[in-house]
Amino acid sequence: MSTKIKINSQIFQDSNNIYYPKDESEVSDLIRELYKQDSPTEIIGNNSKSFIGNKTQSANTTSLSKISGIIDYRPEELYIKVKACTPINEIEKVLSENNQELAFEPIDFGYIKEGKSNKGTVAGYLSCNYAGSRRFKVGSVRDHVLGFKGVNGKGDIIKSGGTVVKNVTGYDLSKLIAGSFGTLVALTEITLKVLPKKDSSKTVIIYPSNLEQIYDFFNKLSSSSSEISGAVFVPEQSKDKDFVAKKNSVFKFNDLKSNISFIAFRVEGDKISIEEKINNLKKELELNNSEISILDVYQSEPFWKKVNNLEIFEKTEHNLLRMVIPPANGSKLCKHLENNHNYFVDWCGSLFWIEVNNKKEEKIKDLKKMAKDFGGYLTVIKTSSEYDYGEAIFTVDKVRLMISEKVKQSFDPKRILNPGKMYRGV
Amino acid sequence: MSEIALPKIDSSILNRKSEIVKKLSSLTNIENVLSEADELRPYETDALSVYTQTPLAVVLPENTEEVSKILKYCHSENIKVVPRGAGTGLSGGALPLQDAILLGLGKFNKILEIDYENKCVVTQPGVTNLGITHAVQHKGFYYAPDPSSQLACSIGGNVAENSGGVHSLKYGTTTNNILGVQMVMMDGTICRFGGKSFDQEGYDLMGLICGSEGLLGVVTEVTVKILRTPEVVRAALIGFPSIKEGGDAASEIISSGIVPAGMEIMDKALIEATDNFSKAGYPRDAELLLIVELDGTVSEVNELIKKVEAICKKNNCSSLKLSNSEKERLSFWAGRKAAFPACGAMAPDYYCMDGSIPRGKLAEALLEIKKLSEKYELPVANCFHAGDGNLHPLIMFDGNDKEQLRKTEEFGSEILKTCVRLGGVITGEHGVGIEKRELMCEMFNDNDIQQQLSIKKSLDEKNLLNPGKVYPILRKCAEEGRVHVHKNKDKFPDLPRF
Repeated sequence: MSTKIKINSQIFQDSNNIYYPKDESEVSDLIRELYKQDSPTEIIGNNSKSFIGNKTQSANTTSLSKISGIIDYRPEELYIKVKACTPINEIEKVLSENNQELAFEPIDFGYIKEGKSNKGTVAGYLSCNYAGSRRFKVGSVRDHVLGFKGVNGKGDIIKSGGTVVKNVTGYDLSKLIAGSFGTLVALTEITLKVLPKKDSSKTVIIYPSNLEQIYDFFNKLSSSSSEISGAVFVPEQSKDKDFVAKKNSVFKFNDLKSNISFIAFRVEGDKISIEEKINNLKKELELNNSEISILDVYQSEPFWKKVNNLEIFEKTEHNLLRMVIPPANGSKLCKHLENNHNYFVDWCGSLFWIEVNNKKEEKIKDLKKMAKDFGGYLTVIKTSSEYDYGEAIFTVDKVRLMISEKVKQSFDPKRILNPGKMYRGV
Repeated sequence: MSEIALPKIDSSILNRKSEIVKKLSSLTNIENVLSEADELRPYETDALSVYTQTPLAVVLPENTEEVSKILKYCHSENIKVVPRGAGTGLSGGALPLQDAILLGLGKFNKILEIDYENKCVVTQPGVTNLGITHAVQHKGFYYAPDPSSQLACSIGGNVAENSGGVHSLKYGTTTNNILGVQMVMMDGTICRFGGKSFDQEGYDLMGLICGSEGLLGVVTEVTVKILRTPEVVRAALIGFPSIKEGGDAASEIISSGIVPAGMEIMDKALIEATDNFSKAGYPRDAELLLIVELDGTVSEVNELIKKVEAICKKNNCSSLKLSNSEKERLSFWAGRKAAFPACGAMAPDYYCMDGSIPRGKLAEALLEIKKLSEKYELPVANCFHAGDGNLHPLIMFDGNDKEQLRKTEEFGSEILKTCVRLGGVITGEHGVGIEKRELMCEMFNDNDIQQQLSIKKSLDEKNLLNPGKVYPILRKCAEEGRVHVHKNKDKFPDLPRF
């Protein structure tokens, strides 16, 4: 990629002409200059999730990867303030030393892209707002952001929020930045809420005999006062031998029969209350005469990592869709998908990860229509090499698009930051 | 009370009053438009009752289409609009303007759908916060955010102010507990953000609207998440011989990995005030009182309460009581909930401040407030939502004494500036409204405020929706910012304030 215009600042550029501003003021100087010159830029971090979304229409590339490092971690205040492109791994390591964690469970998209871990940066997570299995209990990435600093499309450094949980001082821009794919602000600093890690966990496996039973279980699980912190359904899909083989190799645990359909739910807490909750749930789900198995903490933890790494779709060359719907419609969707597309269900029935064969791109349109009819949405997370973008990556209606254009205009009037990454014209 | 600057009155609008009222009467039922002086009086203020303004007219639409038509008309005729929920807001967000229509959402008072399968309730914005819980509690569910005014405040107002409550640390504020809103923009466009599913993709417009204090749109429908009522709730009432020891215990509870459902702190002045007032049975020898509430399954709560007990003993607590019944738990809270009227009984007037600070800065904040109290020669009592860092100092004074009033205003302003200096913010849950408008520049610089104003401009180009609120008009840090209660006559005397 070549830069067509000369930027007057001293900001480091590598041999691919990618800019690497080293601090907030350099980000501001760079964007201010690009603004003057009407020259848009793609914004990247460590490139772990840049494959998600449309390809941006820009002459420049700016990497924020040098804006990295922990600024202030206060375990007793339950927050960590970091430079925007601090790797998630680094944050998780420091939190773990204090027995704390990012409760939204960051998904590791490295596995679907290249078959190995690549969690990327905190700015990437905030920009995508994709939370893992615990979402239905603790909220998404956006619910864990207390504040941020960044540079808007005019080069102005702006901030919002702070380090405290309760804050109604001005518009809550942290929420708006979450899931904005770098189209509003080039992030430089992020403050996240952190939470204590639970002492232990166990995972209960149920083998439902038919599709109707699945949502009955999900409903009972989400209605229980014995709280669970994860619930997935992995279907049998016996017609697709490759998928079955993959499933068996990913979910190979002593106490799990992965060759048939299963529901897995996670219970976390201290050891005594885990047992109490499992006993309560067995009664509520009427499991006392059914076959179940229990993964102890040594199996439970890797099990949920594999779920959140999307390992079942490791290095997929097909289209990978993420569909979120109200759970009451999940049963219908499962029926539609059964032996049609490979999939699994997370968030206790709300989140579907669906693989659509690269030759069947037209199916994405049908699924998007279903998502809308069900009151949800669909995002094409990974496209196959043959994807022709005939069907938009994101789901948006006319009014929301109109408002999104206005909001974009207020942050980035000349569309300097990641133009077109989400929608045309935004 | 010092005069507050409001947007310049458009006299051409005042002159067209009868024509405007006539037009509004054609857009909704004629009885829903109020324009006579005696009809307008109840709407002159919200719960920040020191400021009053008579609106041009009050209109009480009955459905979203009517709201849309009214806003579209006002937009085309350049008429300002102030939206209002239940009017329980403490920062003057619903203060009318003389040349503006007051748009009351009081007739939007129905719950539209209870959906247990999707764990949500679809409701009109005028339904009260507690009304939602009442509608689902027979099935063992509840709506988590619980602002102290939950008996009367509306869910639409909660969305506008991003209301919290005492359980915010564990369960979040309004923004974390709603799934979708329907909203009408100033030009009449009806839009829907979110629905019954989690995390709508694209810009989180619902997140933007939540806490926007009625400046960006009028919410006409809200979908809230409901949660299963916990199996057990227990509380501990703990006295400490010093602020430091109590503060340290609160910090240690959090850093030990416990997330209490609620955690409250009261200082000595407030312990005495509430005990005199409500005979709550609080330990009067304590310098600081901590109430910790835990919820979950039976053994989970028992385990946590043991840990809390150990931490408090380690930090030299002088007394410790654990609730063994629901009645006893509620009795622990009774004194705390009587904190505001107790202060009202001690002095002709009190100001309730609202700021947030990092939990660990509590001792520092209280010592600073004590110093200020000596400097201004005014008594102060403090309560603190220790779980989420929300501090409510109550300054007691006599409003008839002009000098005391002036000193109280200065005192309050210095407290909020202290909150910012300690790493906190000027409002935790009451909102900015008109009350703390001029203090916004304590927290934000020009760039920050300009960015927020450009968002406002992009969604309400003519600045017709709730103008004069939240953002400084004068661009100066004036000395204001608190809730004034005279002779214990709160606008809503029946509502607990905590």
